[in-house]
Amino acid sequence: MTYDEERIAALIAALPPAPEAWLKAAQELPAARRSLDHIVARAEADIEFRKALIADLEAALAAEGYEPAERELEEIRRRLQQS
Amino acid sequence: MQAPPSDSELVARCRAGDEDAWRELVERFSRYVYGIAMQAFRLSEADAEDIFQECFARVYENLDRLRDDAAVRPWIAQLTRRLCIDRIRAGSREQLLEEGDEQAEPDATLVRLDEALSVHEALAGLSGDCREVLDRFFARDESYRTIGDALQLPAGTIASRISRCLAKLREVLEGKNSGGSAV
Repeated sequence: MTYDEERIAALIAALPPAPEAWLKAAQELPAARRSLDHIVARAEADIEFRKALIADLEAALAAEGYEPAERELEEIRRRLQQS
Repeated sequence: MQAPPSDSELVARCRAGDEDAWRELVERFSRYVYGIAMQAFRLSEADAEDIFQECFARVYENLDRLRDDAAVRPWIAQLTRRLCIDRIRAGSREQLLEEGDEQAEPDATLVRLDEALSVHEALAGLSGDCREVLDRFFARDESYRTIGDALQLPAGTIASRISRCLAKLREVLEGKNSGGSAV
């Protein structure tokens, strides 16, 4: 395949960067998952915490200093239902 | 200059729990996933963001199941396409799809994005100066002045640097395609 410089330039331009916040959120996935695992493990060990999470998930997490994204909230809800 | 790790190396490191490797993998494929959602499937910004996050969440969860580490790129492409199609089917464009648009998967754009990713991979193997100047000018659409300020270069030298770096990138790409060594 031959490449002229105009075509190379067009192909570089074809992939602009994704928004920085999207990139950062995806890059921080391992840390977010660790935090989520910690919350679920704590809910399994502490019945009061579990009750508070079930009553008002966001408020209970905020009171403990967690600020999960909507996707993580859904995952916590799902795992609380399963546990 | 050290060459960037191959896709296989990166996947193996991610699987071993290396979070720097995960960040690099996301960085490497982020534009591709973004491009597929926004350009090939023309999703809204909000839908594209959901697909972007869902795609990388699934990659993270299922990396252990990938049979061939070198196949991470087509796997991510296929995953993104499926997520986009599911989103379109479930969303407000359902009616359009029912009217016969379902077969109109934007193959030409996907092929172009795939080729663009290969060019970006070759670009990643160039010196930092070339990488920065070409990416800023063409992909980020920055002016000579902005690039000059960011890289602490006189704006007047940016055009010649772009030209030199494009020629270098062309050599790399043509070397790759003819089986020769890259730079």
